[in-house]
Amino acid sequence: MSSGMLSTFLKRGAIWGFILVELAFFSIAGEQMSLSDKAFMDLDNMLLLFKQSAPIGIIAVGMTIIMINGNIDLSVGATFALAAIVLLDSMTWPIFSGLGDWVIPVAWLLALLTGVILGALNGFIVWKTGIDAFIVTLGSMLGFRGLVFMYNGENPTSHLNWTLVDFAEAQWLGLHTATWFLLGATAIIWYIMNRTVHGRNAYAIGNNREAAVNAGIRVGPHMMINFMIIGFLAALSAVVFYSESGSVNPNDGELYELWVITAVVLGGTKLTGGSGSIISTFGGVIAIQLLRKGLGHIGADTETVNLVIGMILIAVLFLDRQLNIKGKEELRV
Amino acid sequence: MTRQTQSAETANSKPVLRLEGIVKTFPGVRALDGVSFDVVPGEVHALMGENGAGKSTLMKVLGGIYQPDEGRILVGEQAVVMTSPLQAKSKGIVFIHQELSLANELTVAENVYLGELPRKSFGRVDWQKLYAQTNEILAKLKVGFNAKTRVGDLSIANQQMVEIARALTVDAKAVIFDEPTASLTDAEKVVLFDVIADLQAQGVGIIYISHRMEEIFKITDRISVLRDGQYRGTLVTDQTNEDEVTQLMIGRKLDLSRNASHHELGKVAIEVRGLSCGGLFQDVSFEVREGEVLGFYGLVGAGRTEIAETLFGLREPTAGQILVRGEEVHIHSPSDAIARGISLVPEDRKEQGLVLTMSCRDNMTLPQVEDLKAGPFVAEGAEIAIFDKYRDSLDIRTPGWRQLVGNLSGGNQQKIVIGKWLSMHPSVLIVDEPTRGIDVGSKAVIHELIRDLAAQGYAVIVISSEMPEVLHVSDRIAAMYSGKLMRTFSSEEVSEDGLIQAISGLSSDKVAA
Amino acid sequence: MPQITKASIGRFVARQGILIAFVLFMVGFTFANQRFLAPENVMGVIRSSAILGVMALGVTFVVISGNLDLSVGSMMSFSTIVVLDLHDKLGPTLAIPAMFAMTLCLGAIIGFLVGYLKLNSLIVTLGMLSAIHGLTLTYSGGKNMDIVDKEGTWFSVFGQGDALGVPVPILMFLGLAALLGIVLAKTPFGRKIYAVGGNGVAATFSGIRRPRVILSCYLISAFCVATAGLLQASRSLGSQNTVGQGLELEVLAAVILGGASLLGGSGTIFKTVIGVLILGFIQNGLLLVGLQFYAQYVVTWVIIILAVWLDIAAKRGKLLSPIA
Repeated sequence: MSSGMLSTFLKRGAIWGFILVELAFFSIAGEQMSLSDKAFMDLDNMLLLFKQSAPIGIIAVGMTIIMINGNIDLSVGATFALAAIVLLDSMTWPIFSGLGDWVIPVAWLLALLTGVILGALNGFIVWKTGIDAFIVTLGSMLGFRGLVFMYNGENPTSHLNWTLVDFAEAQWLGLHTATWFLLGATAIIWYIMNRTVHGRNAYAIGNNREAAVNAGIRVGPHMMINFMIIGFLAALSAVVFYSESGSVNPNDGELYELWVITAVVLGGTKLTGGSGSIISTFGGVIAIQLLRKGLGHIGADTETVNLVIGMILIAVLFLDRQLNIKGKEELRV
Repeated sequence: MTRQTQSAETANSKPVLRLEGIVKTFPGVRALDGVSFDVVPGEVHALMGENGAGKSTLMKVLGGIYQPDEGRILVGEQAVVMTSPLQAKSKGIVFIHQELSLANELTVAENVYLGELPRKSFGRVDWQKLYAQTNEILAKLKVGFNAKTRVGDLSIANQQMVEIARALTVDAKAVIFDEPTASLTDAEKVVLFDVIADLQAQGVGIIYISHRMEEIFKITDRISVLRDGQYRGTLVTDQTNEDEVTQLMIGRKLDLSRNASHHELGKVAIEVRGLSCGGLFQDVSFEVREGEVLGFYGLVGAGRTEIAETLFGLREPTAGQILVRGEEVHIHSPSDAIARGISLVPEDRKEQGLVLTMSCRDNMTLPQVEDLKAGPFVAEGAEIAIFDKYRDSLDIRTPGWRQLVGNLSGGNQQKIVIGKWLSMHPSVLIVDEPTRGIDVGSKAVIHELIRDLAAQGYAVIVISSEMPEVLHVSDRIAAMYSGKLMRTFSSEEVSEDGLIQAISGLSSDKVAA
Repeated sequence: MPQITKASIGRFVARQGILIAFVLFMVGFTFANQRFLAPENVMGVIRSSAILGVMALGVTFVVISGNLDLSVGSMMSFSTIVVLDLHDKLGPTLAIPAMFAMTLCLGAIIGFLVGYLKLNSLIVTLGMLSAIHGLTLTYSGGKNMDIVDKEGTWFSVFGQGDALGVPVPILMFLGLAALLGIVLAKTPFGRKIYAVGGNGVAATFSGIRRPRVILSCYLISAFCVATAGLLQASRSLGSQNTVGQGLELEVLAAVILGGASLLGGSGTIFKTVIGVLILGFIQNGLLLVGLQFYAQYVVTWVIIILAVWLDIAAKRGKLLSPIA
């Protein structure tokens, strides 16, 4: 076994090790401090954790494939908010008034379609203009958010449909609806990235773009498909979340892009593209949510969560670099 | 040992690939000037020539990256026009590149069928078929890994095998190897040569590009030589010898005496004792006097550039001493080196030498911009004066100092880098591959310049992969092989044969004999 | 004399595109509404752009050196909260330098991580965004921060005062822009920043200490952020913990609009100021012609894409990208 394989193993397993450490730490610390009468690893607590992970998690799965492909998407938070507005508002549109509860699938479809269209727009601009995805999606982050505000000013958009709320709050086989969506999205995207030609080509493009182009892989369409997928997932995340809450503020989803990227990077996906795993991203999402809950459990202020996550992100980056350093022979530039 | 002498049979068969009068010009350079040769089935055809002779341009023409201005390429009997690497591959012309073009995170099978993964319904990959086909090819190559291995976990030699496997997915008519042994161990070379012999046996035509005489004479059937973009002839390997090939490559017996210094040499400017840097180079010792040019000759990867980088503070030596004017110095950064009077004109002009987004003047004064101050500001007048001085003395052709350096020709860019370091008045000037990718006219000017600098009392170290260049500019030549300084030749001792043998790692006894 | 050809006009338009767009906007809005160019309106626009503008100046340094700074928004919240808190504890005279010192420390941490440890600036500053936000919340206990005696402090002079008939925020923004513009364009340090951003390897091969240059850029960025925090605190004399949230990307948008390349090595302070003013005037102009406030974001989006597209299309000589 070469040292390269060892460090690969360390990197791939690291997120799960980290989760175990978190579980152990918060369980023991919670007990010692006896701040909470409930055990940290309580079943309900863990089920809730999965549910709360869903909004960020579903988007993070999409961000992983964008980053594997060598791009980034900063507009997911705004897409999330816009899809939420379409979801809630369309249920009140007069043309759908005769549908009864059948308005629900129609509204879902419209919201998801919104996400796909916004994603396609991003992908198309990246493809045809050749502008870096960072700039394109930075622009559309502002633009999409502008659309959100233009819709209803600074007022929240609300609509509660109790059938929908019941569906969203339901538990099947113990897991909440949102959790099922997170697991489903993770499984499907994992399948796409690991078992389909599109997924494998996306890896190849991110890994060695020149080789992929020389082998006749068309970079543009693959990028566009991935942007459509992340748009879809951002909308799906909104659909899952707002079906339950029934009210969206125009600021909702702000900074989601940053949380999502944090989860993906914690999961070990490289900004440079070509490497990354959907399952590890899932781990990254769980790790962050665990940290939030855990800090609360041991009585730390919720404020410290941000501090801790930020430092962990930088520490991960630092460790990753230390593992790859070549020592004294390295050219010092 | 695995060499198959097939020249007798192959001489009569129809060529798989034929080039007829290929001409390719770039502004100011005739890179290829009527190149014609052919490759017959089952033949290993060596393509040789000094760096800059036109080999890489020729390969780009064959690979569909450049279109020839004149002449034609025939595959079998058919003239073909190729506009992309993909198209070249579909015609049966396959490259094994020096820099591997693989996706490290993917499996061997996925790399072998990159862009052509077998599909099932709904865009799913047909893994069974993929692995079966790949393993079939790998079995032919007799490699020790399987289709599911991650490419990033393989050694360089095995990664090369993956590239070769990729070539076998199409009905390859001609396979082109570009310096395939550059980073292989001896054992790995044996495996590679076995594979080449197998390809030969299957009737594939092989073009083998290499500088290593030993290999050429071991595995090739014919040798074609390029010099300055021109085709100089094809030799049958069995009926020639190293001298004849060298002669053809260099084309002239150089008059070395005219390059020997006529001026007095000064004090020792820099001395290196037992310098080592990990696995890159070991126990290297030499000295350079004022007014002297020491040439470093060797193959790419022999450790020459790494020595220069260590002297310039870009690498930390693991052992040994560096003495500047007799005084031991410890250099930890380029600014330390500059302070000691050491300057480096690096090998990669665009990556290391220049900031292409900055003007000619700003590039030239970059190392001393901190010293050229009028109050808190950069003294632009002084900068322009420096630029003008070196523009005139080095004959840099540019519309003006404002011109972005990225818009200049390679030769003029190199002169900017040289001017940048001359303006620092160094006591030791190191130039690494000073004429790489530069047209013939500018080459001569730069050679002249290096001699002039020596005459003015500079101590100069020239690193070059081009034998005529080191022979032309150096007073003494240090030959390197695989991280070791094999021998230092004085201008009386030097011979082309001796140099080639020293850099091929042949024992020094043999060289002396 | 160089001939005026179609190509040279194309190059001119591409190179000065942002300036041309700016002028066209101004002319268009002036026709649409006479009040647009009235001095008090212009003054109002620059004044309301001042905080974003000051931050954009610092980020310009970071971007030219080839890095990103996504932490400026949460750092600005930090500065604002800290200076408001210390105002009542130490008095304004000590509060201001203390706040600057603390903010510069944060900048130094980022500069060390990116410059000396060579970590990816996007992720480092993303992490710092989160960490500093947490720091601010911890510092304030999650509560809003207000100065107790809002009437009786001279501290409001930075955000609300006038000097020589010009609002102080404008003076500070333009003064800092002039100072930093000169530093960037005229000093050896500025030259080194361009070299490091244009080609960090070549800069190192020229004896430039790249880590030190990068650290300095982050320190300048932190200084600008502290100034912005001072303006913000002084204007409102009270603040939420999230006052700067989201500004990092708007600031970056202004810098990119000004023509700085995210690859590093290009951009100027003057162009960044133009970028900031375009954002400000578009917002104002759209309001004056009766469009709703939030339409500015959509317009900004379109302008950013067009501006960057024009720029790279001119460099490659083709409108569409060569991506297959």
